[in-house]
Amino acid sequence: MSSSLPAATNESASTHAHVNHNLTGFIIFLCSESVIFLAFFSGYAILKTSALDWLPPGVEGLEWRTPLVNTAVLISSSGTIMLAEHFKVRERLWLFRGFWLLTMLMGGYFLVGQAVEWHGLAFGFDSGTFGGTFYLLTGFHGLHVATGILLMTIMLIKSFIPGNYVGGEQGVQATSLFWHFVDVIWIILFLLIYVWQ
Amino acid sequence: MTIATFPPEPPPPASWTRYLGFSTDAKVIGIQYIVTAFFFFLIGGLLAMVIRGELITPAADLVDRSVYNGIYTMHGTIMLFLFIFPVLNGLNNLLTPTMIGAPDMAFPRLNTAAFWLVPVFGLLLIGSFFVPGGPATAGWWSYPPVSIQNPLGHLINGESMWILAVALSGVSSIMGAVNFVTTILRMRAPGMTLFRMPVFCWTALAAQSLQLIGLPALTGGAVMLLMDLSFGTSFYRPEGGGDPVLYQHFFWFYSHPAVYVIILPVFGIFSELFPVYSRKPLFGYVYVSVASFIIVGLGLVVWVHHMFPSGVAQWMRDLFMATTMLIAVPTGVKVFAWLGTLWGGKLRLTTPMLFCIGGLVNFVFAGITGVMLATVPIDIHVSNTYFVVGHFHYVIYGAAVMGIFAAIYHWFPKFTGRMPYEGLGKLHCLLTFVGANLNFLPMHPLGLMGMPRRVSSYDPEFAFWNVIASLGAFLLGVSVIPFLLNMISSWIRGPRATYNPWNAIGLEWLLPSPPPEDNFGEEVPTVISRPYGYGTGEPLVENQSEIEKRLQLQEVLA
Repeated sequence: MSSSLPAATNESASTHAHVNHNLTGFIIFLCSESVIFLAFFSGYAILKTSALDWLPPGVEGLEWRTPLVNTAVLISSSGTIMLAEHFKVRERLWLFRGFWLLTMLMGGYFLVGQAVEWHGLAFGFDSGTFGGTFYLLTGFHGLHVATGILLMTIMLIKSFIPGNYVGGEQGVQATSLFWHFVDVIWIILFLLIYVWQ
Repeated sequence: MTIATFPPEPPPPASWTRYLGFSTDAKVIGIQYIVTAFFFFLIGGLLAMVIRGELITPAADLVDRSVYNGIYTMHGTIMLFLFIFPVLNGLNNLLTPTMIGAPDMAFPRLNTAAFWLVPVFGLLLIGSFFVPGGPATAGWWSYPPVSIQNPLGHLINGESMWILAVALSGVSSIMGAVNFVTTILRMRAPGMTLFRMPVFCWTALAAQSLQLIGLPALTGGAVMLLMDLSFGTSFYRPEGGGDPVLYQHFFWFYSHPAVYVIILPVFGIFSELFPVYSRKPLFGYVYVSVASFIIVGLGLVVWVHHMFPSGVAQWMRDLFMATTMLIAVPTGVKVFAWLGTLWGGKLRLTTPMLFCIGGLVNFVFAGITGVMLATVPIDIHVSNTYFVVGHFHYVIYGAAVMGIFAAIYHWFPKFTGRMPYEGLGKLHCLLTFVGANLNFLPMHPLGLMGMPRRVSSYDPEFAFWNVIASLGAFLLGVSVIPFLLNMISSWIRGPRATYNPWNAIGLEWLLPSPPPEDNFGEEVPTVISRPYGYGTGEPLVENQSEIEKRLQLQEVLA
């Protein structure tokens, strides 16, 4: 019996290591989620390369200057969220919250910019495959940006709960990962839609 | 001494009402999945009976032609999304945590949510029978342009409900897959390295990885289909510049790997059961395990073989013909490993073993017609004929469903604590094997003769084989009766099962039958050897004899 005692403590230690797999699960989910974008991107490329008249009548192409500014803001927000995480690790919570909020605002700016752009466009989502894929891709990505901001809001509120980080918390890491994911997707999307015209 | 090892008082038997609520226990959810799946199996089976009833005579005389279109569409959709996937997820839920010694899944609440989506989209799909215009009629693959017709102009129609149901099924499967993969990667018992993991867990990991990679493509494609159908886009509408073949790519990028999602766990079941009932270690354990992931890799690059007649480029046909044929290699490795396991073994022809052997025979047959179909000239010749229908029914019913039945009979005692009846089980096996072969074998000559699929009337020259197929189908219908009788009566008053009635090796057989809610709890045994040590006398875990003694004592006291 005495020989099985140390084994028993080892086992309970390993069950404790089991407690939190949220980050693993989230990374697996992100890998899966990237396939849906891959499907949309390849659909876009196939439709575009095989189209006889890609642009609907009366549409000259997409204006890319304002979207470029939006892009710059969104990509820089990947930097601010890294800074936020950096301060979170060093337990300087107020700096963490500040950069976290800044990231949220930059995401919000991107969304508003997107809405303004949509508003000024001369084509709708039923304007051939060009209109359909444009709104599908930007809309689906925008949905992810909105989700990211929502996740960040939750993490920000949770950061005010006393003892929130005592048991190890993976929500901030996961949200940050998600935000980088959304940014990378946007870079590909920007190249596909605005640069490749 | 004895006090320390004395078994804890077994908890009072939990009420059966836990199966009706939002439980987070994987073992409860597993049984919920399986029972729900068989409910839909009966509905899908009833539709199959109508189809075969219609086809027993050449004339379209049983149901209206448009109703017939809805019936075969719903038969396929229900059987795949509401029977096969849920029943496999049920087995995954029961077996994965117990086989790797985890107390539960990694995300129990996600697990609950994933299960409860099944009845939701099930009701949505069944509900589509009752909307104006009836259910979807575009076949289970829902190809545009047929699937984007909306003559009645209702926003809620059979096709849009079909798309929503399939999308929800995808959400549920992704939730499940994230859970299974995390559980297998992170929650294995101490000492259980990947190459000490039972093959069922290998195949579950492989199959769920395929879900994660493939399913989002279908979901994306379905979103675009719904927009075309209901919101005026033209992704797949040729008149708007769209491309209907694009949908086929999205659909088959997932739906071909989906076949491996179905068959891989069944390979796992074969690999678990053949060693138990031949009393020999699994032949080539490492190769069988790794072959699962070779199948995953290859399975992702074969989808165009469903589209050989769809106007794809010749180089694509050649490429995908080659990759499809290559899949026979890792699959063949497995088949020969099972034969090697059986060879010279002390075979015990129990119900699960008989189901496995029957399933293996059917699978080899399906594999041969599969390689035939991979060949471009043959495929183009028999495309959309009954040859294809015969082939995939051999895979899905002949092999996969028989493997699932084998698993149910084999692990029934573990999770219910009761033994199923052997006589009824063998009758079920006989009826299933004979019925499946009578039903699906005649489809091959029919296809070669040129009978197209999805028709309710046909030339009288096809009548002979169709009558035989219909008789086989009705026999399959009858085969469900001994199964249900067996399951219900043995669960209520079957003989009590010991912790290891088949004398099998595996962590799940070192738990009481049925296992407590948290399985091993804090006392997860340390795995010290590879699985399937039959006939070697090598223990699987540390202190195995002590654990077994404790279980025996507990059974004597109960």
